[in-house]
Amino acid sequence: MMNHSQPTGADYNYTVVRQFALTTVLWGIVGMAVGVLIAAQLIWPALNFDTPWLTYSRLRPLHTNAVIFAFGTSALFATSYYVVQRTCQTRLFAPKLAAFTFWGWQAIILSAAISLPLGFTSGKEYAELEWPIDIAITVVWVAYAVVFFGTIIKRTTSHIYVANWFFGAFIITVAVLHIVNSMAIPVSAMKSYSIYAGAVDAMVQWWYGHNAVGFLLTAGFLGMMYYFVPKQAERPVYSYRLSIVHFWALIALYIWAGPHHLHYTALPDWTQSLGMVMSLILFAPSWGGMINGIMTLSGAWHKLRTDPILRFLIVSLSFYGMSTFEGPMMSIKTVNALSHYTDWTVGHVHSGALGWVAMVSIGSLYHLIPVLFNQGRMYSNNLVNVHFWLATIGTVLYIVSMWISGVMQGLMWRAVNSDGTLTYSFVESIEASYPFYFVRFLGGAFFLFGMFLMAYNVIKTVKAPEGSLKKVEA
Amino acid sequence: MLMSSFWSVWITVITLFVIAACFILLQLCNKNHTDVEEGKSMGHSFDGIEELNNPLPKWWKYMYLITIVFGLAYLALYPGLGNWKGLLQWNSSNQSVGYEKGIKEDSKAATELAAKEGRYVQYDAEMKKADETYGPIFAAYLKTPLEELVKDKEALNVGKRLFVQNCAQCHGSDARGGKGFPNLTDNSWLYGGDLATIKTSIMNGRNGMMPPKGGLPIQDSELKALTEYIFTLNGREGDKELAAQGHASFMKGCFACHGMDGSGNKFMGAPNLKDKAWVYGGTRKAILESIKNGRSGVMPAWKDILGEEKVHVITAYVYSLSHQAKK
Repeated sequence: MMNHSQPTGADYNYTVVRQFALTTVLWGIVGMAVGVLIAAQLIWPALNFDTPWLTYSRLRPLHTNAVIFAFGTSALFATSYYVVQRTCQTRLFAPKLAAFTFWGWQAIILSAAISLPLGFTSGKEYAELEWPIDIAITVVWVAYAVVFFGTIIKRTTSHIYVANWFFGAFIITVAVLHIVNSMAIPVSAMKSYSIYAGAVDAMVQWWYGHNAVGFLLTAGFLGMMYYFVPKQAERPVYSYRLSIVHFWALIALYIWAGPHHLHYTALPDWTQSLGMVMSLILFAPSWGGMINGIMTLSGAWHKLRTDPILRFLIVSLSFYGMSTFEGPMMSIKTVNALSHYTDWTVGHVHSGALGWVAMVSIGSLYHLIPVLFNQGRMYSNNLVNVHFWLATIGTVLYIVSMWISGVMQGLMWRAVNSDGTLTYSFVESIEASYPFYFVRFLGGAFFLFGMFLMAYNVIKTVKAPEGSLKKVEA
Repeated sequence: MLMSSFWSVWITVITLFVIAACFILLQLCNKNHTDVEEGKSMGHSFDGIEELNNPLPKWWKYMYLITIVFGLAYLALYPGLGNWKGLLQWNSSNQSVGYEKGIKEDSKAATELAAKEGRYVQYDAEMKKADETYGPIFAAYLKTPLEELVKDKEALNVGKRLFVQNCAQCHGSDARGGKGFPNLTDNSWLYGGDLATIKTSIMNGRNGMMPPKGGLPIQDSELKALTEYIFTLNGREGDKELAAQGHASFMKGCFACHGMDGSGNKFMGAPNLKDKAWVYGGTRKAILESIKNGRSGVMPAWKDILGEEKVHVITAYVYSLSHQAKK
């Protein structure tokens, strides 16, 4: 056994990790609050208060950017900087550059929060930010890569732990995706046009869009999972070999899956087929991560009864498994013909975003924050438990309502009378969706309320006298 | 369009390479090539985390293999590997149908060639089937005179559905219109409400145009009085003295289209100003805006979009909206 001596916490650079961990909670609340507001606007349109800055069209990209790039990516910064130090047993490379990534990323988030409501947009989904901000993202991201891979290079362990494979793949691929998709010709300080045209532009956009999901929201968070699940469960990772197969297959296949967003469009038939086939083959490698995470608990299942943090992590893996089954299924052209453009897609995304990304981040933060602030545990374990149930119920309300309304919309849109006329008008399908919009709003509100509990719990933990919160031994 | 053979080979090679690599990796990891016994720790520890050398779950491995086999079968049957057309010769559009024979893609000639060779592409096959199924229904409706059709409940239902799909965007799903879009239920007609005229309006569309101040030498200072005159024309209470002044402005030429008494002219589509129907609003503010800036309304021609058969049925439905009693 090559067990290396464990350096004490003082040897690691926790400053930047603490900063990113706390801003994750803040941006989570902001991003999800905007989400709840726009969910409410779909039921009560008057909630835009006749103000251009508060219209759905401007707040929707603000919501997606805030939860993906402010909340999710801050969580990834925090955990990757923490995990890479702990598993390489070395301090973070280039600490000043690491500090730069924190302040740079916050500046980018603020510029997004201002420019999107003002109506500046490049019109590309999940890549709406205009070209000066795109350049800033590139600079910060390259700095991030230097810090991360620099730390890997100066590691004192012989191997590179699997969590770091995933973080590394995520950092490299997001850089490539962002740069290629954001290529544009500026016409003024805040306006540019994509260098691609027509179907090529659409293909590049969804190559980016799907891999923002695949590498940022999947690979990155799998990296998180591979550290915090075994840590919290205090069990070894289930299968080293499984992690090898599913890592390489996941990154080799995900990059092909983008065309399934463009089924039945002007995209050539062959491209659509390839997108569908690769998405289907991606199913098993995706589940490899879920199996490895959940099976890590074997021999420690009883811990789920007492540990709400572990519950967050394991339930997040269940939602991950659910959405990575749903995704390949929806990429099948016949299924897509029904699901495309409906709320089903919205539900699918949130089963991943709330159930997987947010819950694995929340679980990891509950593990991380006491360590970062020299405490044995969170201020209140009961609040963590209440948060767990709010998040789970909120996610279920959200995705179930969107499944029902999505399938209903798909069926209503395709219903044809015996005379060849469509049975329902579009407006009728919207009218029928209202009750489900309300349930979705409710689910979002549950989830958001849980985040407020988390913020309170985190503040109490951070403010408690150092070392005063003692770990409770089960 | 077909791609060059270089790109076709490129796509085929990297696609099959990725799938083959996934398969080989699965096979390699399926056997224990490490020197660690299965179920035991790999021997490295990262911040206290160890990794076990457990085998791949069998059910998972077979699931993986099934998706690989399905994927390869799909790529054999359907277009995917570069220029390979697939064993089923399936094709979503006319693109590349006539390519090899030098016929322009997406052209009528390409469609005809494909039909002649019995190779209907997806779109043409669906259109052909729809024409065969629904064509006779509408052909029969077209043969029925409109006077008969308005009594046919089923035809009116079909008309309603066509209306909701195609007309409701402007006229509303209840056909009560909106600002700039006439209400079709109040029996107040710009161009006439008899069956033949309604059909003409839908078939050929209408262009309604009122120039600013009617294109007449009316001063801005007269507009308030003129507005009051128009406002009171349909019997509403107002400033009688002001309205009388407005009448003088009206007589500068408004009557040419709207008639001496303001009851409009259906040949030109000039609105009747004496009824309660206002396409652009009947408040003083809206009337003033209409006079001052003029109005321009367009109803598109539907004959080339829907065809006469469907317009015929919609006509019956629109007529029925303001003739409920006679139905």
